[in-house]
Amino acid sequence: MGTSTTATGATDLTRLSAAELATRLAAGEVSSVEVTQAHLERIAAVEPSVHAFLHIDDDGALATARDVDARRSAGERLHALAGVPIAVKDIVVTKDLPTTAGSKILQGWIPPYDATITTRLREAGLPILGKTNMDEFAMGSSTEHSAFGNTHNPWDLDRIPGGSGGGSAAAVAAYEAPLAIGTDTGGSIRQPGAVTGTVGVKPTYGGVSRYGLIALASSLDQAGPVTRTVLDSALLHELIGGHDPRDSTSIPEPLPPLVEAARAGAAGDLRGVRVGVVTELGGEGYQPGVRARFEESLELLRGAGAEIVEVSCPHFTYALGAYYLILPSEASSNLAKFDGMRFGLRVVPDGGDGLAATAERVMSATRGAGFGDEVKRRIILGTYALSAGYYDAYYGSAQKVRTLIQRDFAAAFEQADVLVSPTAPTTAFKLGEKLDDPLAMYLNDVATIPANLAGVPGMSVPNGLSDDGLPVGLQILAPAKADDRLYRVGAALEALLESTWGGPLLARAPELEVAR
Amino acid sequence: MTAHTTHATGVELVDYDDAVVRFDPVIGIEVHVELGTRTKMFDSAEQVFGAEPNTAVTPVSLGLPGALPVVNGTAVEYALRIGLALNCQIAETCRFARKNYFYPDVPKNFQTSQYDEPIAFEGHLDVELQDGTIFRVEIERAHLEEDAGKNTHVGGVTGRIHGAEYSLVDYNRAGIPLVEIVTKPITGAGARAPEVASAYVRSLRDIFRTLGVSQARMERGNVRADVNLSLRPTPESPLGTRTETKNVNSFRSVERAVRYEVSRQAAILASGGTVVQETRHWHEDTGITTPGRVKSDAEDYRYFPEPDLVPIAPSREWVEAIRASLPEMPAARRARLQQDWDYSDLEMRDVVNAGAIELVEATIAAGSTPAAARKWWMGELARTAKTTDVELEQLPITPAQVGELQALVDAGRINDKLARQVLEGVLAGQGSPEEVLVARGLEVVSDDGVLLAAVDEALAAQPDVAAKVRGGNLGPVGAIIGAVMKATRGQADAARVRELVLERITQS
Repeated sequence: MGTSTTATGATDLTRLSAAELATRLAAGEVSSVEVTQAHLERIAAVEPSVHAFLHIDDDGALATARDVDARRSAGERLHALAGVPIAVKDIVVTKDLPTTAGSKILQGWIPPYDATITTRLREAGLPILGKTNMDEFAMGSSTEHSAFGNTHNPWDLDRIPGGSGGGSAAAVAAYEAPLAIGTDTGGSIRQPGAVTGTVGVKPTYGGVSRYGLIALASSLDQAGPVTRTVLDSALLHELIGGHDPRDSTSIPEPLPPLVEAARAGAAGDLRGVRVGVVTELGGEGYQPGVRARFEESLELLRGAGAEIVEVSCPHFTYALGAYYLILPSEASSNLAKFDGMRFGLRVVPDGGDGLAATAERVMSATRGAGFGDEVKRRIILGTYALSAGYYDAYYGSAQKVRTLIQRDFAAAFEQADVLVSPTAPTTAFKLGEKLDDPLAMYLNDVATIPANLAGVPGMSVPNGLSDDGLPVGLQILAPAKADDRLYRVGAALEALLESTWGGPLLARAPELEVAR
Repeated sequence: MTAHTTHATGVELVDYDDAVVRFDPVIGIEVHVELGTRTKMFDSAEQVFGAEPNTAVTPVSLGLPGALPVVNGTAVEYALRIGLALNCQIAETCRFARKNYFYPDVPKNFQTSQYDEPIAFEGHLDVELQDGTIFRVEIERAHLEEDAGKNTHVGGVTGRIHGAEYSLVDYNRAGIPLVEIVTKPITGAGARAPEVASAYVRSLRDIFRTLGVSQARMERGNVRADVNLSLRPTPESPLGTRTETKNVNSFRSVERAVRYEVSRQAAILASGGTVVQETRHWHEDTGITTPGRVKSDAEDYRYFPEPDLVPIAPSREWVEAIRASLPEMPAARRARLQQDWDYSDLEMRDVVNAGAIELVEATIAAGSTPAAARKWWMGELARTAKTTDVELEQLPITPAQVGELQALVDAGRINDKLARQVLEGVLAGQGSPEEVLVARGLEVVSDDGVLLAAVDEALAAQPDVAAKVRGGNLGPVGAIIGAVMKATRGQADAARVRELVLERITQS
């Protein structure tokens, strides 16, 4: 985790991890205004090529930074991350800051309230740099379904940054922000993490409040950290996690100690830890380079004392099918509220056909103009799956598969403390490559989806470069409410890998051309 | 031959009495009651009646992106009270479901309701009819759900959406907790179907009030009834096609709506037609129903379990604690009060049917005897209510004032005739009985000196009558008494006047 210097000789604050920034802020070596300003300048410099952000809030971020600096100099006790700036996925509702979920239908909407996550970030004094790009309503694996343009992978600007949270991952990978918030319904935090060489964590379902997340699929959605280090994810996870009475599905228990687990894991000692390799999440369909890096990491884990066991989760084969019935079903209902009646886009039919602009016609015109193709595709799919006469065959069967997958996990966690797999089957593909093939796009999430269906936590850790020179990720899965295990194993692997690489993986990413 | 009439609207109707001879009516009633909780079903917005539009709202009641529901525990308790009072079984665990349909008054374009897992089910309610017969209504289910917002259609003639220039939506009502109570098909009521329907809704209203779960004010829409009705040739026949008449919101309207639909459907069936399954609107003013929106594909609500909520699992201990704390139900209370008040069955039924039970009870509590309380409310006051076409409880007089009036009679300060004049003054808003009595100078003249003077005057004015009486002919004494009463403007005690007249004559 080396620091680099700019031409002027000053430490480049944007290259520091959140933990390092927090230490320097606490010691008074830098101010939050300096840190925030440095990131805003980096954003201005690289956004023309990356386009990770949909909205940048210079004034708001600096105002928070000034406030934190003032409180710090007044001797106030602050949160460990106070003053460390953050980027927030545009699906998280932010009061007085535009929130679009990557959709034209919410263009111009300024929310009148904050999500619980946003409230916690504000209360802890994290300057919000802006809102990051995403696939429309989080439907996609490449961020190409954003209504507001593509985000480019900092490793290769012609390639996708993953999705749906490509904006958050790219922002962190491009040093535009040390921290970001993502959401993960089927892999939208972990898969972008894998293809951008960053860390992404999907917490246990119910571990982080969903209040104020624009819902895609309520039973699958979970917000979590996007960072460059495992420790940073733990710090952010502890800040945003924990019970929230506004979310009925929030777990009414404290989180396990995550930062402690990350610090302990960094020592690289995994003796007594049983690591299960899931047979069904590997093999055919996974790039050779992805598989090779995965095997190498297994050896590292074994070398650190972990016991490697093979586990089978036979029903994972049906996960993708079940997911693409449950998700569209819930989404078709969750997205019904976008109708032009109360907020966001409203399209009034021009009346050229001589018909009155009834509420029904306004709704229809608004949804027709406001939603993109992928959103419409899933709404239609979900509406069909929930229809009378089809419910049992589709939604009902999918829920049964879900139960079987939960049982697979339960059985696997009898044999292993954590499970591991490659996060995604391939490295980042080229922009446009899979845009016309929804099924190929959906297959990107084949390894990440089971965790969402079962509600268990998952983490993607940078796992080296594939033969094409692009980053790959290793996924760690733990039982529900045992998120600390992710951090212990993840931090250990990170430390082991970085010692073989001689530094963080991102240090090997090409320098971006900087706009002056 | 069945008598047909053609309604002014051109709809063929069969005379009701003929209709129920030819067909067996089957009713089904869905009652929605708004629960009187402080906040809404799934969010912290307060329930406020009559507030400025769209002020009693939060991101949750507006269905803003990201907002999530949280179940109101008090609403669950109220639903349990209702379920237990209706002799229902209580679910060990139950889930909410989303009922998906697009309509601007539904902020999320789905209503959070309960579908195949109601919180209470399989109950019954014994309903007392006017003649004292007990009719058992079987309850299928009682479930929790949220109310929709309120649409106002502006610019049309009828206030309905058709022909309106624009519509406004007030979301203050959106999210108010409702319990929907659904009966099983009510069979065996025969010609009394309208009465059974009305008595059932009235019984529910009384129970809601007794349970303290709702103000249950019909005129505010706290209680709303949808009335299903179908006809079949005989009680042995399978059920016929039903219509659902929505939002029938008074007891009398429930009765009228059933009667109307019986007559309307009978005319269709009698002429060999088929009844269309549809929802219908009730028109209070004309007493008819008209077809509502045609549902077609909108019938598929795509119900599925609400993923934003966790199941409700009321513990058995909680359910039993609520059961043990239920107040006395209206039927049991009526039986107890009848005994306490020593009313005959007929007297009690009159009081109940007049909706006067609380009024009588409060009057007795204010010091009146049960007999006197009944006499006022079922007599003079009932007549006044009838002639002014209002409910008894809407009369501008309180039970305490009726009690005070009776106390004045009991103290001999006024007689019955004067009491009626005092009552008239109270109803006219001239103050309490005492104030009216003083203001109008209506007190009985009990001063013998004043009365004797009037007697002497009367005797002097009618010397021939006085002579006859003195001669032992007591027949004409009434003329003297009448003159005295007239002179005292009715404020004398006639018996006392008679005594004084006879005294005067024997003395002289």
